[in-house]
Amino acid sequence: MYSIADRQELTKRDMISLTIEAPLIARKIVPGQFVVVRVNETGERVPLTVAYRDAATGTITIIFQVVGKSTALLASLGVGDAIKDLCGPLGAPGHFEKVGTVVGIGGGSGIAVLHHLLSGHKEAGNRLIGIIGAREKDLLILEDEMRALCDELVVTTDDGSSGEHGLVTDALKALVERQERIDQVLAVGPLVMMRAVTEMTRIYGLPTEVSLNPIMVDGTGMCGGCRCTVGGETRFACVDGPHFDAFKVDFDELIQRNQMYGRDERISLLTSIKVR
Amino acid sequence: MAEPDNAELLALEHEGDLASFCPHCHAPLNMYDAGTRRVWVGLAVRVNGAACGLLLDPRLDASERRCSDGWNDGDLAEDVICPHCEASLLEADGRCERCEAPVFGLEVSVHTRVVPLALCTRAGCPWHGISTRTRAKILAESPRQKKPEQDAMLRVRNFSEVSYGYDGEQAVAEAGRCLQCKKPTCVDGCPVGVDIPGFVSLIAGSEFAAAAQRIRLRNALPAICGRVCPQDQQCEKLCLLGKKGEPLAVGALERFAADFERETDQVRLPRRATKTGLRVAVVGSGPAGLTLAADLGVQGHSVTIFEALHKAGGVLVYGIPEFRLPKSIVEAETGNLRRLGVKFELNSIVGKLYGLQELFDLGFDAVYIATGAGLPGFMGLPGENLCNVVSANEYLTRVNLMKAYLFPEYDTPAPKGRRVAVVGGGNVAMDCARTALRMGAREATIVYRRTRDEMPARDEEIQHAEQEGVRFHYLTGPVGYVGDEQHWVRQLQGVRMKMGEPDESGRRRPIPIVGSNFLLDVDLVIVAVGAGPNKVLFEGAEGLERNARGYIRTFTESGRTSVPKVWAGGDIVTGAATVILAMGAARQAADDMHAYLSDGQTAWL
Repeated sequence: MYSIADRQELTKRDMISLTIEAPLIARKIVPGQFVVVRVNETGERVPLTVAYRDAATGTITIIFQVVGKSTALLASLGVGDAIKDLCGPLGAPGHFEKVGTVVGIGGGSGIAVLHHLLSGHKEAGNRLIGIIGAREKDLLILEDEMRALCDELVVTTDDGSSGEHGLVTDALKALVERQERIDQVLAVGPLVMMRAVTEMTRIYGLPTEVSLNPIMVDGTGMCGGCRCTVGGETRFACVDGPHFDAFKVDFDELIQRNQMYGRDERISLLTSIKVR
Repeated sequence: MAEPDNAELLALEHEGDLASFCPHCHAPLNMYDAGTRRVWVGLAVRVNGAACGLLLDPRLDASERRCSDGWNDGDLAEDVICPHCEASLLEADGRCERCEAPVFGLEVSVHTRVVPLALCTRAGCPWHGISTRTRAKILAESPRQKKPEQDAMLRVRNFSEVSYGYDGEQAVAEAGRCLQCKKPTCVDGCPVGVDIPGFVSLIAGSEFAAAAQRIRLRNALPAICGRVCPQDQQCEKLCLLGKKGEPLAVGALERFAADFERETDQVRLPRRATKTGLRVAVVGSGPAGLTLAADLGVQGHSVTIFEALHKAGGVLVYGIPEFRLPKSIVEAETGNLRRLGVKFELNSIVGKLYGLQELFDLGFDAVYIATGAGLPGFMGLPGENLCNVVSANEYLTRVNLMKAYLFPEYDTPAPKGRRVAVVGGGNVAMDCARTALRMGAREATIVYRRTRDEMPARDEEIQHAEQEGVRFHYLTGPVGYVGDEQHWVRQLQGVRMKMGEPDESGRRRPIPIVGSNFLLDVDLVIVAVGAGPNKVLFEGAEGLERNARGYIRTFTESGRTSVPKVWAGGDIVTGAATVILAMGAARQAADDMHAYLSDGQTAWL
């Protein structure tokens, strides 16, 4: 059992941060890796990317948006409650080297992952430009933390309720147009956002890395549910990824695959509401 | 020559099912005894120089002595004589397999057929010393006890166990069919060398708990092996009874003994040796890991099993379905291991949470790697990444480990289909097809590129699948999958095959027939074409040599690897095989590890 040491609601709109006591994982995990969480006996195995870790206190922090039954269940836990199973660190560790300027683009709960990844790039001595976006102000997270970490930060919202009015791709375009030197782009967020970023960086020829979030069961390379086509080959996001060269990823296939259990997710959510 | 006590005996010709005749004068030997109101076979016998009468039950399962005081228990008859022609019935070179007593011959008619028999006169010999050949003939004609099963039409709608197993009466009857061979070939067929005649004769004597303990001496997981071992390819294949008729149901008897022991709460684990203070880390809690942990635990070592998933049992919990192996049984067996002092570290991935060398830093004296073949195999066909094309591993893991059959009570869903195609012909393919039917599929079709004879699945599983209405497309293979505009699979593109020349593995290679392509309407495809080694373990395992296929290379029979004090066994060495072979490898490794650790050896390879 893994106890919850801290719980924060980051925004009014169900963005939750949970800090969990897991000393062994905290000792090992590096930015970009994820854990699989199973809240209780009947729960799903949910893969969640770790946003922070603190090896000294032996905790890891996960940030997620409540979108379905499992995340709602996770959000219902308070300080002192415990998670039944926590497995990690999973996924290939991110690799960080000094390349110059790294542009990190994050959307939604992906901002949390981006923050962790960028901190790795910061340690490697890179200059950081952050672009974070959300549909509206109430879905925007970690703005202050990102501002502290990055040398420059652009905030966008779809409805203009915070920062610039527009999409993250607009902000990226602006960066390119002002002749900013960009050595590496990092995109973490919803698949459609990552696809849009990739389409743009492909035109500008900017090396881009994305962090994929396919459906997983075990997260250890055993089921193949997370397979995606990268460079014409089938790869397992859980062990080969989740970070891939964006230009090689078949986003359309992945977007379709991620809807495979949409109907079941709705059933699951509806029955759980009925039960309560 | 002395006559049997004729005052009470009347000669009869044909009475009852069996009639016996003298092989020399062909006189009928069956007699009616008014005293016992039974039909006996009457013979004259010489014991210790005195003449006596011997009465045998026509079915040869009881005997009665009619004689004076001269015949003591254990005395062998010197001669057996036909009471009519007084010829000796002894066979010159015949000897009872069990008691070495001389053998004599009778003609016995079973119904109308004439079957020659040979009998020995040893009183108290359970089979009266009938020679092996003849005994085999009689027993082979006695039908194998059928395991009661759930009706096929009912069971395809539930996940309860298909087979109920023997009750006590059936088990005793089946155990009575065992020939008790002096050189039991069945044991040679068992990878862990269970004393099969030993436990079977205990069952025949109704000592069920003792039988289970006899199995436990060699096999730490009897209830599991009784259910999932491919007995038809191992012990039962070598059973002498099988040469003439049906082999002894070793698996069903093993299961019966283990179930009896567990259900009556008589599980008595082997006594633990005094603690050695040595610590062994086992990576993976599948059949090999559990067996090794049990063996070393008994020998007094302190064993810790590291398991990546949230439940112990490996393939026993994620792969084999509930209707074939109830998970409560796996839990009971892992519980027994806990009682032996074995520790389980769940959710702990070696290669991620700990490196291999780190385990030694943590104070372990030896490591056993038994991570199995957990990487799902795909064929690299066009359309394989369509929605609702899943690996057998994913499908079975969702349904078994995550209990998707109880969705939405349990949160994990499983892909659903009305027309399901399963690619492959192994046990896993059968499990998938049968699971799909239970999950509500209208039809489930096995697409297999060879014929039924080549299918590697257990006979029982194939039969069960056939009974449940699984369709079989033999000599067909997929070449691709067609999806709709939403990217969901709609059709399987297949091609027919013919059998070609045998390849290196000795199996005939299927060759696609040009122009025989066809389409099969499907809305769920489960790919069950074998599995590979999961490479997660090898992160942080420098120096661990692997072979070309990615499995761990071992240098001794017992599974020593290129890294000192690291053994490996099971599917991670051999590639995907069976539960019992993994257990056999673990047994060898356990013996070697124990010897290595307790002798303080230093030489490795």
